[in-house]
Amino acid sequence: MSAIEIITRVHAKSIEEWGQSNPNALVLSGDLTTSCEVDGFRDKFPDRFLSMGLAEQNMMSFAAGLAREGFIPHVHTFAVFMYRRALDQIEMSIAYPNLPVKLFGFLPGVTTPGGASHQAINDIAVIRSLPNFTILETGDATDVESVIELANSINGPVYIRMVRGALPRLFPAEDKIELNKARVISTGKDIALFSTGICTEEAMRAVELLRICGVSIQHLHVTTLKPFSDPQVISAIKGARFGTISMENHCINGGLGTCISEIIAEHKLDTRLMKIALDDTYLQGASTKFLMRRYNIDALALITQVEKLIGKKLNVSEEDLRQARIDKYFNEKQQEAL
Amino acid sequence: MSKKVKSIQENGQNLEYISNDSWIADCQIIANAIRRRVLSHTVKHGGYLSQACSAAEAFSYLYAKGMNLGPSKGPLLPPPFSGSPSIKNREQKSGMLYNGERHPDRDRFFLSPTHYALTLYAALIESGRLGERSLDQFNVDGSTVEMIGGEHSPGHETNGGSFGQTISQAAGVAWARRKKGEKGIVWIFLSDGECQEGQTWEAIMTMSFYRLDNIKIIVDANGQQVDGRTDEVMALRDLEAKFKAFGANTKTIDGHDLKALHKAFAKPHLDKPLVVIANTEPYRGINLLKDRYPNLHYVRFKSEEERENYAKALDNM
Repeated sequence: MSAIEIITRVHAKSIEEWGQSNPNALVLSGDLTTSCEVDGFRDKFPDRFLSMGLAEQNMMSFAAGLAREGFIPHVHTFAVFMYRRALDQIEMSIAYPNLPVKLFGFLPGVTTPGGASHQAINDIAVIRSLPNFTILETGDATDVESVIELANSINGPVYIRMVRGALPRLFPAEDKIELNKARVISTGKDIALFSTGICTEEAMRAVELLRICGVSIQHLHVTTLKPFSDPQVISAIKGARFGTISMENHCINGGLGTCISEIIAEHKLDTRLMKIALDDTYLQGASTKFLMRRYNIDALALITQVEKLIGKKLNVSEEDLRQARIDKYFNEKQQEAL
Repeated sequence: MSKKVKSIQENGQNLEYISNDSWIADCQIIANAIRRRVLSHTVKHGGYLSQACSAAEAFSYLYAKGMNLGPSKGPLLPPPFSGSPSIKNREQKSGMLYNGERHPDRDRFFLSPTHYALTLYAALIESGRLGERSLDQFNVDGSTVEMIGGEHSPGHETNGGSFGQTISQAAGVAWARRKKGEKGIVWIFLSDGECQEGQTWEAIMTMSFYRLDNIKIIVDANGQQVDGRTDEVMALRDLEAKFKAFGANTKTIDGHDLKALHKAFAKPHLDKPLVVIANTEPYRGINLLKDRYPNLHYVRFKSEEERENYAKALDNM
């Protein structure tokens, strides 16, 4: 596979551009301004940047007040400090009145060595249960680049699961993220594979090898978790001979796998679903690569599930998968500071 | 020395309008009527009576004197509940209509402890903003005149039932209004019990940090909450010192003294929110309530005899 372009601080650039052309856009930060890549916005638009300190409950309700007056608050902090610490505020101040507040939640799942307190492993499960909310998840530079515009096109509250730092560009820059429409990465008749976030890049490496092994995969990168009614999901499942696999950097309960199992039940689809996800557990602080392997949400985990579905061993080794890296992202063993 | 001059010297501001006290008698009539109306409702149904006793003067002051509101835009008889706000339901009207239309120069009112809803409805009725038959819908299935007010309930703009949230939302509104160059004040009604919530202090800290001097807060310090006396549930100690320490301009007064309320809210508070702590009695005006003290949060009659006694008290008001 050809070398993949790596881009750094994608959100930093795009939120600045958004601020330039949208005078009603405000940015709020909970003492994690550089960590959430909004330091540039702060410096460029100091009168539209609100430092809210370590007071996330107030930050959520305050944002709701700003939205009531016609501003569009873009709230930035780590996801855990949103959906865990300030859930009641997200519900009663933002979701209940259906206000256009955009929550940019950073450090999903295994993407931080910050340990259990910093790893958002059940954010989708929690926020998916909130009326009025839309949930978007980013997985590459193009997703991150275009997600602000998409979030702002929705007249209501939006939660965005953000990736940051050095990101691979898996999709062409002009191929923007769309609401409730998965990106088709590869087509195939054997298995329907749905992946989200950082798992997509991981899956792409395995899919390449699987193709060489003669297993064809219909691979879709899902970016909208709520609503979850993309007809492509149904047709992909219907078209897969051996079964369906979901792959996510999130707990097994209430995330992508659950969304798909609901679709399967509601539409009486005849398929077996294998869920690749964090298996109902909190994690520790460690590198992304280490955690993906340890908790079985990496390319090798995908190979194992494919083998189960097709009923035969493919003899793909970790070394084969390493060779199949489609970029240098993980090779650099990049661990970002908090 | 004239009273007026003395007052200016003492307070460093022009309080000429205070020297004309004719409004006080009118406001007191409204306060008494709020108590009477809430008692009348309680005799029939039980209810949040002590809140009316402690806050009747505060509400009458806000609606008849303090706040600069436009005429009510809500129907005298509130419409039924048509569903929570959502993309599918843009029809339900906000209860803020009863506080008049949004206008840059007009004030806004935020009731934080929405357990005071009945007192607020009574205040709206006594100030001509809501029809008196509206209370027939109080806590009736499908009605917007809810027991603990929602966003759709008359006089409400937010759902304050989970304490500590409305004050932060109002702070956001105040920041936005200042940014838009609006002159109107953001008024917030707080109770003392909810000062136990951490978010309340996050909000005061933020108001002070952003120098939001377009905010005026009244705290109904009636010293009681669901479990009993605040001092025994979770003592707040020196509430004024706490607000001051978090950066607010403060004043503590007798919350049943309308003139003191007015004087306190006339206090200049450049670059800071103003917090007026109104010390009140949760049985003020209805002495019978003292017998139940400190279990006053919600009055549920234990016997027909007790109800009769309250009915008699109502007759004597």
